Amino acid sequence: MTDPSRPTTADAIAISNLRFAWGGRRRFGLAVDTFSVRRGETVFLFGESGSGKSTLLSLVCGVNKPASGQVEVDGTDLGALRGAARDRFRAERIGVIFQMFNLLPYASPLDNILLPLHFAPERRQRCGDPRAAALDLTDTLGLSRSLIEHAPAADLSVGQQQRVAVARALIGHPPLIIADEPTSALDAGAQSAFLDLLFERVQAFGATLVLVSHDARLATRFDREVSLSDIARTHREDAA
Amino acid sequence: MILLRLAIRSLISRRITVGLTVLAIALSTALFLGVEKVRTGARASFADTISDTDLIIGARTGGVQLLLYSVFRIGNATNNITWESYEDVISQPGVAWAVPISLGDSHRGFRVMGTTAAYFDRYKYRGGQDLTLAEGNRFDDLFDTVIGADVARQLGYRIGDPIVVAHGLASFTEHDDKPFRVAGILAKTGTPVDRTVIVSLKAIEAIHVDWQEGAQSANPVSADAVRGMDLAPSAITAAMIGVESPLQVFRLQRAINEYREEPLMAVIPGVALQELWEIVGVAETALFGVSAMVVATALIGMAAMIFSGLNERRREMAIFRAVGARPGTILGLLVLEAALMAAAGAALGVALLYTGLWIARPYVDAAFGLYLPISALTPREWAGIAAVVAGGTLVGFFPAIRAYRISLADGMTIRT
Ligand SMILES: Nc1ncnc2c1ncn2[C@@H]1O[C@H](COP(=O)(O)OP(=O)(O)OP(=O)(O)O)[C@@H](O)[C@H]1O
Ligand SMILES: [Mg+2]
Repeated sequence: MTDPSRPTTADAIAISNLRFAWGGRRRFGLAVDTFSVRRGETVFLFGESGSGKSTLLSLVCGVNKPASGQVEVDGTDLGALRGAARDRFRAERIGVIFQMFNLLPYASPLDNILLPLHFAPERRQRCGDPRAAALDLTDTLGLSRSLIEHAPAADLSVGQQQRVAVARALIGHPPLIIADEPTSALDAGAQSAFLDLLFERVQAFGATLVLVSHDARLATRFDREVSLSDIARTHREDAA
Repeated sequence: MILLRLAIRSLISRRITVGLTVLAIALSTALFLGVEKVRTGARASFADTISDTDLIIGARTGGVQLLLYSVFRIGNATNNITWESYEDVISQPGVAWAVPISLGDSHRGFRVMGTTAAYFDRYKYRGGQDLTLAEGNRFDDLFDTVIGADVARQLGYRIGDPIVVAHGLASFTEHDDKPFRVAGILAKTGTPVDRTVIVSLKAIEAIHVDWQEGAQSANPVSADAVRGMDLAPSAITAAMIGVESPLQVFRLQRAINEYREEPLMAVIPGVALQELWEIVGVAETALFGVSAMVVATALIGMAAMIFSGLNERRREMAIFRAVGARPGTILGLLVLEAALMAAAGAALGVALLYTGLWIARPYVDAAFGLYLPISALTPREWAGIAAVVAGGTLVGFFPAIRAYRISLADGMTIRT
């Protein structure tokens, strides 16, 4: 959080004049004029299904490249990076949690947690001993070691899998955590327990969190709530 | 290396389809290598069967056919040559030695060969090795036989056991009035000699004295009475000839081929073998082609199996992308997967090959007289294995490129 090498003025995310459209038959287009997230901020992004929330996140993660405009993460313009560099940037700086099926089912939870480090040497270095770091995380997330090291991930309950996904997103302390409806597969009780854990960890590491959901009840915990329709315009082009 | 570990785990998690695919590759590899092993084994064993004989003579027929029936006991002579012609031919200048051979009878599936005692001195195999007796002696009495190692082992014969020779190769009429006695057992040679019952030419004559047109006459001659008779053979099947100087081989061969009294033929064993390889070569190439196609089929099956799994693995690819993998990494993972399956298939194939060889060897030996050596993989066979793995890797690129495209199009969001 107080890394002197980074300009402290830069926002965690800064989007300007973004234009993007998916290929394929139903070209879904997204336009965001300005949107920014401060460092260490927790943002709740909501919008109806199909409104383009996941699309926006994949642009922030640099998996997709905008047609025009800027997406800056930690002061780096992702559009200016080549494909491989964007992938590396994501590996180093961003932890991602999906709605469900976050894990490679055949691999052990531990391997799942360590996987991002393979693509991110600096993040790996930050861990010191990656294995110990992973086990530390899973301990605080209430996952038993025997479960983490041996069982294939597919044997875990959905709630356990989501906690492993949190550990994978947090390992090596990436400054930005992106969560795309991480709780919608959980029941109400598990949902709030999960969010407690996530918030506690994110705040302990001083990371920035952008969480997407269409469940507005969750919004109260966040520093800020943003409706996608307020920041973005979308259009659909039904090709013949 | 976490990616290698993940690839292996992923394969193990799909063990049934992966296992069947690997098995298909293994079987095809074993077949491919087996064809090669049998081919080289057969060639080596054929080439080792006769040495130091300059010419083989017989009735006029194909050179290969003459070689096959006289040396390898494969097929039958259509005609014999008369004893007069034989004596005439071998009295020509340049002939150092000659050993007559008479074939046509059998003993419980093994061929009976009449010859002279010189056979034991003149017949050489595997680069000049001599026949040696494991037990007993050469024949002494008229009704003595010397049997090959396989005959003794398969029929459980010991020195002194009686043997009844059957008339012809597959008949129920036996020369049971004139039983033989096992006088000697030859050491194993790995040649058709192992599967031969050797008797004297005179004995062949003796058991046929009272036979006419394939049946015993109404007044059989007893075994004792026959000893007093003149048992000079009237005809033989073939003869092995050695010359005094190698320079004379071709002249002698021509002279025999142009012999006027009777249509004869002389072949140089090495040349006839070469001819045989030319004939067999077509079949070998065909077999090679077929077995290579079987390997290709197995590898294409593997590609199809990977292809068919891609759709349900889109989630997996999205996870890889989300944690920072490049699309190229996903391509690499799928190629690695194909390479691993091909390598596992090839390794299992080699294991199957050697198990198969080990199990089949006694049967192949018994049925074809072909003693397959269980030898290490030759450079050629290693190249074949490398080709299987390389082919599998190459074929893996097709589904891998498709996965690359999918992961580029999907990114982290999976469109369904
Ligand atoms: N990989 C893709 N290729 C092409 N079009 C896509 C792709 N992913 C999403 N889309 C399109 O983009 C549009 C927005 O989808 P997106 O997933 O961003 O919505 P969302 O707000 O996340 O919805 P949900 O709440 O259901 O997750 C949809 O019309 C969808 O068809
Ligand atoms: Mg979504």
